[in-house]
Amino acid sequence: MLKINNLHVKLEDEDKQILKGVDLEVGPGQVHAIMGPNGSGKSTLSYVLSGRDGYEVTEGTATLDGEDLLDLDPEERAAKGLFLAFQYPVEIPGVGNMTFLRTAVNAQRKARGEEELSAGEFLKLIRAKAKTLKIDADMLKRPVNVGFSGGEKKRNEILQMAMLEPKMCILDETDSGLDVDAMKLVSEGVNALRDGKRSFLVITHYQRLLDHIKPDVVHIMANGRIIKSGGPDLALEVEHNGYADILAEVA
Amino acid sequence: MESARKQAQERLAAMGLPQRRDEYWKYTRPDLLTTDDVAPAAILNLDEAPLFDAIDRLKIVFVDGVFDADASDDLSMAGIEIALLQDAPDWADALYGTLEAAGQTPVARPLAALNSANAREGVVIRATGKAAKPVSMIYVRKSEASDVMLHHVIRVEEGADLTILENGPAAARFNSVMEVDIADKGAFHHVRAMGRDHERRAATHIFGRLGHESKFKSFTMTVNGKLTRNEVVLELTGDNAIAHIAGAAMGDGDFLHDDTVFITHDSLNCESRQVFKKVLRNGATGVFQGKILVKPGAQKTDGYQMSQSLLLDDEAQFFGKPELEIYADDVMCSHGSTTGAIDDEAMYYLRSRGVPKVDAQDMLVLAFMADAIDEIEDEAIADDIRTRLEGWLARHRG
Ligand SMILES: Nc1ncnc2c1ncn2[C@@H]1O[C@H](COP(=O)(O)OP(=O)(O)OP(=O)(O)O)[C@@H](O)[C@H]1O
Ligand SMILES: [Mg+2]
Repeated sequence: MLKINNLHVKLEDEDKQILKGVDLEVGPGQVHAIMGPNGSGKSTLSYVLSGRDGYEVTEGTATLDGEDLLDLDPEERAAKGLFLAFQYPVEIPGVGNMTFLRTAVNAQRKARGEEELSAGEFLKLIRAKAKTLKIDADMLKRPVNVGFSGGEKKRNEILQMAMLEPKMCILDETDSGLDVDAMKLVSEGVNALRDGKRSFLVITHYQRLLDHIKPDVVHIMANGRIIKSGGPDLALEVEHNGYADILAEVA
Repeated sequence: MESARKQAQERLAAMGLPQRRDEYWKYTRPDLLTTDDVAPAAILNLDEAPLFDAIDRLKIVFVDGVFDADASDDLSMAGIEIALLQDAPDWADALYGTLEAAGQTPVARPLAALNSANAREGVVIRATGKAAKPVSMIYVRKSEASDVMLHHVIRVEEGADLTILENGPAAARFNSVMEVDIADKGAFHHVRAMGRDHERRAATHIFGRLGHESKFKSFTMTVNGKLTRNEVVLELTGDNAIAHIAGAAMGDGDFLHDDTVFITHDSLNCESRQVFKKVLRNGATGVFQGKILVKPGAQKTDGYQMSQSLLLDDEAQFFGKPELEIYADDVMCSHGSTTGAIDDEAMYYLRSRGVPKVDAQDMLVLAFMADAIDEIEDEAIADDIRTRLEGWLARHRG
């Protein structure tokens, strides 16, 4: 599904290397988790994969189902099935949440040569999905993320994911800022999307999320590289001992 | 009316035509509005439904500045009296030029005096109750080099409610004055769309006087036009009056839009609100000169003034001159003037969800305009305006 090979990334405007050779392969239907100290490059990886400006790939490749991602515009990557749930969802005053989502859903459908959803079909679908995430009608009408609490923003990200039905979902710290109940809701939302084909890359600092969303593989990222990969136990080890041992091991 | 015209001519002679060195003509070239020769402006033909088409309204049509009875509806409607300027009844005769004259201090508005001295066409409207439907003035253009002046006189009687719509290309060069006298508890709504011919020039003036608990709301959309100077001069003379003025302008290329506003608070507990938005690119220029004057004793004034421009490239420019002059101590006045570009973060967020770049930009432009359009109370009219702006954006992509 997602294949990242020796990816090197620096800031466009600065001589600062952030990713220093990332290798990662997520197979169809798999859940991979990435953990790692603050500033190790986890969000940068997710931004580069989704096409944010300001970064320069100096070496390496990233493909989705064999197709090169890095030359595509963000909207093309989205239409190909890549989705990033943002660590910090963006507030957009003046754009209604519902209008935004309908435009996005139909733009992707159009790009894939599929039929667009009518207003009625869309409404029915979004109401059902919003309900399972406990997002009320008022939140759908409000401008995108404006005045949403931290947890509401994260739930809104998952709602977008559920509506867009991507094949490769990247979740950047979707658990941070969530209360216990919201964490369960969000995890259920994610698990409901697991169908044996759809893949997930879950960036998190806490093992707790991985109790709900069971990973196949856990990676540790430090200083712009994946320094260790393993099974779910690796997350438990981090939870108990922090990163010191692992960092020492590879040093 | 002839004596009013003569007085206007004297006012004009005393102040002279606007010059570039005048304080309020620094950013906008007055010569395009004052020269004897009138350059032609090509007539734009767009295959589009006319604005306000689906709105039930009473239509008054002017062709090249001359009333067209055949194209207009019957000028009678419950709740209002309408007459042509040349048949003005006594009340309108007495009002003609007076609000314009009052609005000449402290800032001179020579083109308005020029209009009062010379305009021969226009309508006078007196609302005595709630008008059954909006009065829609449509300015048709047939001549390439028309030079048109219109002068409307409006009186909203106590408790009456009137909506005026204005649209159409009007003229190669257009000068309009609308004097609006609103009695206690009267309500006046105004929505207009400036002509869209690329080379047209326009100077418009609204002079309003607001009584107790009265309401004045005006919204203007401007897309295209070489030069637009829209002046609004209001005096809030009765307590608890409300005045809202909003504008949404979009310019691409040889375009200058100038909003010049002067609001005088001269009574208790009044609210005024200005919301001006401009989206500019490719050399287009925006100007905002807005002033709130709070006179001594005008306590509890709530004045708000916001002018924002969104520059879509480095060639566009905006000049803002927000002013407050306050002589009362218990007032709340705020103003702001901002210039910015499209928010990159928002752009990336929308695109990451699959919205193509051009659509994402249009969404953000419309979002930027939203506060101004929200000032239109009638939803159907607001929707019409929104559709127009969307259409313009679709034609001006890339
Ligand atoms: N636009 C930028 N300008 C300057 N520095 C940047 C920029 N983007 C990323 N960085 C730097 O790159 C490094 C990696 O940042 P990144 O956000 O990817 O870390 P992270 O692993 O997601 O951290 P966290 O766990 O705190 O979210 C940090 O040192 C960060 O300061
Ligand atoms: Mg991060």
